[in-house]
Amino acid sequence: MSVDTSTGQAAPERLSAGRRVRRWLGANALRVYMGIAFVYLLLPVAYTFLFSFNDAGRTNLTWQGFTFDNWLNPCGAPQVCQSVVNSLTLGLLVTLVATILGTLIAFALVRYRFRGRSTTNLLIFLPMATPEVVLGSSLLALFLNIFVPLGFWTVMIAHVMFCISFVVVTVKARLASLDPRLEQAAMDLYASEAQAFRRITLPLVAPGIAAAALLAFSLSFDDFIITNFNSGQFTTFPKFVYVSATRGIPPQANVIASAMFFIALALVVIGQVIGVRRRKG
Amino acid sequence: MARATDVTKAQGDLYLERLTKSFGDFVAVDDLSLTVPQGSFFALLGPSGCGKTTTLRMVAGLEDPTAGRIKIGEADITELKPFRRPVNTVFQNYALFPHMDIYENVAFGLRRRGIKDVKTQVMEALELIELAQVAKRKPAQLSGGQQQRVALARAIVNRPAVLLLDEPLGALDLKLRRQMQLELKRIQTEVGLTFIHVTHDQEEAMTMADTVAVMNKGVIEQLGAPTDLYESPKTAFVANFLGQSNLFPAAVLEVDGEDIVLEDSDGRYRMPMNRVAPSVSPTRGGRVLVGVRPEKIHIERLAESDATPADGNYVDGTVRSSSFMGVSTQYEVATAGGEIISVFAQNLSARDLLSEGDPVRLTWAPRHGFVLNGSEDMNAGVEAVTAAAG
Amino acid sequence: MSIAAAIAETADEGPKGPPPKRRGRFIPYLLMLPGALWLGIFFLVPLVTLFLTSLQTPVAGGDVGQFEQTFNFANYPETLTDPNYYVPLFRSFLYSASATILALLIGYPLAYGIAFKAGRFRNVLLVMVIAPFFVSFILRTIAWRQILADEGPVVAVLRVIGLVGPTGGVYPSAIAVVAGLTYNFLPFMTLPIYASLERVDHRLVEAAGDLYASPWTGFRKVTLPLSMPGVVAGTLLTFIPAAGDYVNAALLGTPKNTMIGNRIEFTFLSVNDYPTAAVLSFILMASILIMVLLYVRRVGTEDLV
Repeated sequence: MSVDTSTGQAAPERLSAGRRVRRWLGANALRVYMGIAFVYLLLPVAYTFLFSFNDAGRTNLTWQGFTFDNWLNPCGAPQVCQSVVNSLTLGLLVTLVATILGTLIAFALVRYRFRGRSTTNLLIFLPMATPEVVLGSSLLALFLNIFVPLGFWTVMIAHVMFCISFVVVTVKARLASLDPRLEQAAMDLYASEAQAFRRITLPLVAPGIAAAALLAFSLSFDDFIITNFNSGQFTTFPKFVYVSATRGIPPQANVIASAMFFIALALVVIGQVIGVRRRKG
Repeated sequence: MARATDVTKAQGDLYLERLTKSFGDFVAVDDLSLTVPQGSFFALLGPSGCGKTTTLRMVAGLEDPTAGRIKIGEADITELKPFRRPVNTVFQNYALFPHMDIYENVAFGLRRRGIKDVKTQVMEALELIELAQVAKRKPAQLSGGQQQRVALARAIVNRPAVLLLDEPLGALDLKLRRQMQLELKRIQTEVGLTFIHVTHDQEEAMTMADTVAVMNKGVIEQLGAPTDLYESPKTAFVANFLGQSNLFPAAVLEVDGEDIVLEDSDGRYRMPMNRVAPSVSPTRGGRVLVGVRPEKIHIERLAESDATPADGNYVDGTVRSSSFMGVSTQYEVATAGGEIISVFAQNLSARDLLSEGDPVRLTWAPRHGFVLNGSEDMNAGVEAVTAAAG
Repeated sequence: MSIAAAIAETADEGPKGPPPKRRGRFIPYLLMLPGALWLGIFFLVPLVTLFLTSLQTPVAGGDVGQFEQTFNFANYPETLTDPNYYVPLFRSFLYSASATILALLIGYPLAYGIAFKAGRFRNVLLVMVIAPFFVSFILRTIAWRQILADEGPVVAVLRVIGLVGPTGGVYPSAIAVVAGLTYNFLPFMTLPIYASLERVDHRLVEAAGDLYASPWTGFRKVTLPLSMPGVVAGTLLTFIPAAGDYVNAALLGTPKNTMIGNRIEFTFLSVNDYPTAAVLSFILMASILIMVLLYVRRVGTEDLV
């Protein structure tokens, strides 16, 4: 292990430009790659936002000029706002029902060992592994066979059905990471089972339930395929956009989508900040 | 309901009567009977899997016994739910509620019992552990040692009849552990509650407890004051798990008045009868294990003491290895009979150091040895110590 | 079905707690009842109805959309041998497999970078990965029309490079459909991989380096195997919905790029030929199930914690 002193004294080698570029790429290849990936991910979002300012008239496919008119008059196009109201009403109801049903199942699965537990796991997993066309068409086959008129309630039933599984998985993850000794400690400190649940378990699982509710809402709000099969004349926002795609989408749809984007982003950021605050106390 | 409230206030000694807990085929606690006097500091010591934590959880009510009763004073608490027992636990990982501040954590038990002057009592408990200044912080903002003390305060603020400590110092580093050992002992003396402390650390148990019960495979091997356990182990497991012991097989030659005389290929040993474990039958030819702690042995260069000593047992051998450890030097000596005996010699002066190959004589006073049943495994408890340390 | 159950287990996040307690024998059933009933009535029963529908035949002399139950299993071979149906089915799997591979190639390095190289920007980057979800799926797909349009930036660049001719374009085409599918399901690929990478103890990679593994070998022998549960979950979460999707093909493709989803939708909602649509749905579900089983068996579930 003799040290070669000569190289230590040699003058620093001047790298050629090509080698410098290659060396920089070697060190930053992952960053460059990630940058490109993020451009790919966010470019359509930027486009959607950009075209909300398009002075488009009826078809919003090519850039016609800048205007604030669409933002000042978001309900300007026929049916846009009605479809948004429909989607919001639907989303809230679906979120409420799916979160309650899914949370109950998650508690049963994590907290109890019972016969039929693995069957239940399978029942939760299968809807997530089934393509939406199959979910949508099978439910439609049922509604057709028993002559249920399609509309708000059939869509609501369909949405709750596919949201339950996602709620179960989300709440389950949070519940499984909860230290069971915390509840034991509460019971050791004179809390009855009900008190331990209300004061310890529920507050600690609440972020998981909230996340599940947000997930259910966004799944419901953004669903198109299942809705398309089971909605009849009832129109949601995604359905409105899809149907008008053939005739030309009004720029107001971009305004609403952009507004939703920033609201959701703000909610996430606020959630993060609260989370950080909580941890810091 | 009235009866339950009475039990919640039960006071007195803790009695475990023929307690058994099995999980399927595995018997974790086997027909265990134990009395813990009120106000004592009691340690349940044993390697992991010996059943000590299961015993503790049964007392806390977190585990239902398969058979047996648990009583505090006159009151039978076997069937009571955890939240009805006058028993509190300091959990191994502290189990502090992460979403509540320190004050609310400590107040939790008082509030559940509907006690009026919560604030005074909580602040008193926090003063006791010298952490009143962090009352408004969240558990995650405290150091490990501080969290440990909060867990303690959260339990003792309820003045339980029995306080259970489940490896409470396991997650702390060595220095902090020493400090907390003394602190725990101080707090116990101050509040005068019955403490039951479960640990695998023999030093911890001996430092703090008035009484130590050594558990192995679901049963109590030996119970007594730390000095009794150390000086007079009754089984090979206790001899090896609590400190270090030299154990070597020998045969009973005779019982001569107050003494027993034993023999092996290296020579004869004489020990008082009161040093013989009860499980040994002192009949001629009976197989026994002779035990002597490494620090009780006196080691000398053989040339200086070739005459047979008048009083005391001795073995001759050669030094096989020596390791200098500052306060003492540890020697391993090989005897002619093929035994390896380890010796701790105090370093009175550096000149006396022996080196490998030196012929030596080992002597010890008869009252410093002990005699165990020869059918026992000489190495029982040795792996347990290594496992517990790791 | 046991393998499907195994996948369900791999989808579980978080540490495994101690075994759940046995107390109150009926409580778990009460908790599950409403949700399980909902899934039973609106998921399982419809699958049975769908299967029964797939065996129906038109009522002789009846109106469009009138069918009767004849248990006509011949519907299956008839539909399967019709190129109007088996070609889109095959195309669906080709497109969704391509999209899955592309999403893996983009999503894995992305997840790796976020997990190990992002430092304090980790949460910001994660939000950026899910941000597209906040814009309506349909609108995002339509945005690709504008991006890939002949006068858009992508075609301009491609024309300069010479990858397409001076009048050539990429929209509408199979490439646009696959790009759209890849795009729409990329977060589903990235997030599970990120979740399993995040749990990889970085000291393991350091230990591999200490034991003479080059960074690449360390990645291949330590990081990659430990992130396999995420890769499996991500590929399934991409492949399954992509195979059934019809929005991308409808918005970004030509009639030559129709996928099985488009056929099902069209047959069900426009032609009202319910039995044929049901047959197609069933075949789609069955073939996805078989492929998933083969895939999971090949990847091996044992080491997927």
